[in-house]
Amino acid sequence: MTARIQIPASAKRGEVIEIRIAIQHPMETGFRLDDGGRAIPKNVVNKLVCRYNGIEIFRAEMGSGIAANPFLDFFTVAEASGELVFDWVDDRGQTGSERVKLTVSG
Amino acid sequence: MSAAPWRALLFCALAVSSLVCQAQRVAIKPQPLKSGLEFTGAEVRELQQDDFANPGMLWVTRGETLWREAAGREGKSCAGCHGDVKASMQGAATRYPRIDAGSSLLINLDGRIQQCRERRQQAEPFKYESPELLALTAYIGLQSRGMPMNAVIDWQNRHNFEAGRAMYYRRMGQMNLSCAQCHQDNWGKKLGPETISQGHGVAYPIYRLEWQTMGSLHRRFRSCLSGVRAELLPLGSPEFLDLELYLASRAGGLTIETPGVRR
Repeated sequence: MTARIQIPASAKRGEVIEIRIAIQHPMETGFRLDDGGRAIPKNVVNKLVCRYNGIEIFRAEMGSGIAANPFLDFFTVAEASGELVFDWVDDRGQTGSERVKLTVSG
Repeated sequence: MSAAPWRALLFCALAVSSLVCQAQRVAIKPQPLKSGLEFTGAEVRELQQDDFANPGMLWVTRGETLWREAAGREGKSCAGCHGDVKASMQGAATRYPRIDAGSSLLINLDGRIQQCRERRQQAEPFKYESPELLALTAYIGLQSRGMPMNAVIDWQNRHNFEAGRAMYYRRMGQMNLSCAQCHQDNWGKKLGPETISQGHGVAYPIYRLEWQTMGSLHRRFRSCLSGVRAELLPLGSPEFLDLELYLASRAGGLTIETPGVRR
């Protein structure tokens, strides 16, 4: 699963930073029918977790109401240089993972 | 009787006929030319203009990976031959569709990628409209963003252009409508809640909110054909390629917006 993450190139200690993530996913609602009239099973990214140096700072539980290719935007406080790790899983059990480095000065 | 007046007459006739031919090779453009983006709401415009929020950029990111990935029996990647995409593919999308030198047939950017994959990489070509082909087309198209469309109509592609124009003005389907009746004669007016655009294909492949995914210009053609209840032509069909060429000429001068976002 392709994903894009955007964080500031660098941040000062104590600064509030914006984190954005977009994941390529059809987010199949489970309410649609295919061309033959059969129900398309629900398949959405149901859980996304972001860890900052091992500590969980953000978690989202999503359902049918979220559009395809979900785009999440949240804030955190820059504490120390390190890594942000994103893990997510969809209803079919397919997992995705992405990590980015954050440099904190001061 | 001297031959001079006849010669003069012949010359005039030739001049007129060549002018007529010349005129036929230029698409009638709506005035002023307006990108589809000008007919959408502010939210859609913002979504397209934010390079992070634009969902089409996910396909571009995938395309970037595919560009560097070795494939096929030759074990070659796109980058292996073409090198840096910014240098080699800059402006490439402005020139398509064009005549393929080998087959003398009209080919678009999607077709060129498929051909490269089949012949050069000796790999299974991506299906038309497959996520991989859309990703590569979006990635290559992005290298021409901001550059004007520049399809050149010459003796080689003239018959394609003319076939494309004929299709553009042909009434089709149960609704008995031609492309021109909406997008040439009535753009800017309302069709239900929607404003009819001029119908330029300068942002393809686009992320269409209605589709909730990326789609090619040919998929969009099929949407319109289905709208007028006409027979749906297959993706990548010669008729669609001719129409794509006509539209490229008609949009000449508009800047490329790939990856676009539309309703």
